[in-house]
Amino acid sequence: MAAKEEVKLLGFWVSPFVLRVEWALKIKGVKYEYIEEDIFNKSTLLTELNPVHKKVPVLVHDGKAIGESFVILEYVDETWKQNPLLPQDPYQRAMARFWAKFAEEKIFEGAWTALCSQGEQKQKALQQTREAMEKIEEQLQGKQQFFGGESIGYLDIILGWISHYLTVWEEVGSMEIIDPAKFPATMAWINRFLKHPVIQGTLPPREKMLVYFHQRSKELGSTSHGWLRV
Amino acid sequence: MDQMAEHGQEVKLVGAWHSPYVHRVAWVLKLKGIAYEFVEENLNKKSSLLLSCNPVYKKIPVLVHHGKPIVESLFIIEYIDETWKDNPILPTDPYEKAMARFWAPLIDEMLLEGSRKVPYAEEEQLEKQIQQVSEAMEVLEGMLKGKKFFGGEKIGFLDITFRWMTIWLGAIEEVAGVKFFNSGKYPLLEDWKNKFIGFHVVKDNLYPMEKLVRFFKKYR
Repeated sequence: MAAKEEVKLLGFWVSPFVLRVEWALKIKGVKYEYIEEDIFNKSTLLTELNPVHKKVPVLVHDGKAIGESFVILEYVDETWKQNPLLPQDPYQRAMARFWAKFAEEKIFEGAWTALCSQGEQKQKALQQTREAMEKIEEQLQGKQQFFGGESIGYLDIILGWISHYLTVWEEVGSMEIIDPAKFPATMAWINRFLKHPVIQGTLPPREKMLVYFHQRSKELGSTSHGWLRV
Repeated sequence: MDQMAEHGQEVKLVGAWHSPYVHRVAWVLKLKGIAYEFVEENLNKKSSLLLSCNPVYKKIPVLVHHGKPIVESLFIIEYIDETWKDNPILPTDPYEKAMARFWAPLIDEMLLEGSRKVPYAEEEQLEKQIQQVSEAMEVLEGMLKGKKFFGGEKIGFLDITFRWMTIWLGAIEEVAGVKFFNSGKYPLLEDWKNKFIGFHVVKDNLYPMEKLVRFFKKYR
């Protein structure tokens, strides 16, 4: 492979944002070098490549660095055209982008806040997350396989963290975010997602995650958390 | 004209005159020569049209095309670019596109949302907001090095995304008695601002500063 084609991914083992990029690259069959970063002890490589945020994931392609999982996903989709992630139709694309942003703001942020907070703040966050999940449940009703149709697409990748992280956070945070009985379409989607050959083998070990998030939620619970959402 | 006939005449933009998010969509429609109907919303009394078009967030702008609503100003611009392909707004190169998509929401958060709070901020918050706005302006100053516009030789996506600054920031400066633009500290940004005002398509949309100032003062 020519050096020009070299793809590197800077990541952190438990980051759901990094996982998204890995899923996208694997779906497209793009070979890449994975570089593990210690986000609590950032390397000069990371700070050089992503000076604004200093966050993972960072995708490096043709020597150029791109940050932010949403942005990277669209870049990957436009650069490697096989197995498209986003729909072709402009309206469907706008819808996919909308739901992705909505899910990130209401579900990811909500669940994370619920994990790291107590009392009223926790309850409020849980409420927000559940209400948002109801909208996702509606979107999934009648879907045969995935948001992307027969195959995994952009929105499945963006929401995919739910299939593996949510129950871990529920356990660590002693909370129930979704009652499986009330979210049948979501549960079915989760099962299909987890069984997908591309997803299998990519997920960080649950036991390790429990330890990690237990630690993090304690640390973050005692201060107001800023940028770092892992 | 062929483009318009092909994609249907019915384009509605639901918005409010004081929203920079709405304006950026209007500028794109004008730049592309797309005819549209503007539907003014009173945000204190949202219409059933808005509530049915954007039930999730109930926010403006909403673009309605072929009866289908699209929301979030940046997504609307991408939709317009993908539907009416002449005079592309976003860069065609995937990496440049990625950079545009990276910066637009970030600057919106740091600068647009940051500066918006300034006229209404309490003492302690004010310092913080001003600091955040300055940081963002420094980033923008850096991005303009060696360029005429953020888009290069011509106005591009980021110019359109940031253009609200040339009007709104001035109004906020006046109401809050602060100074954001500083030709000494941010000479390139100052040049950019002035270039933009001279540009004819954009000149038609130039917003009466006095009306905005009155609006901010009213809600202070």
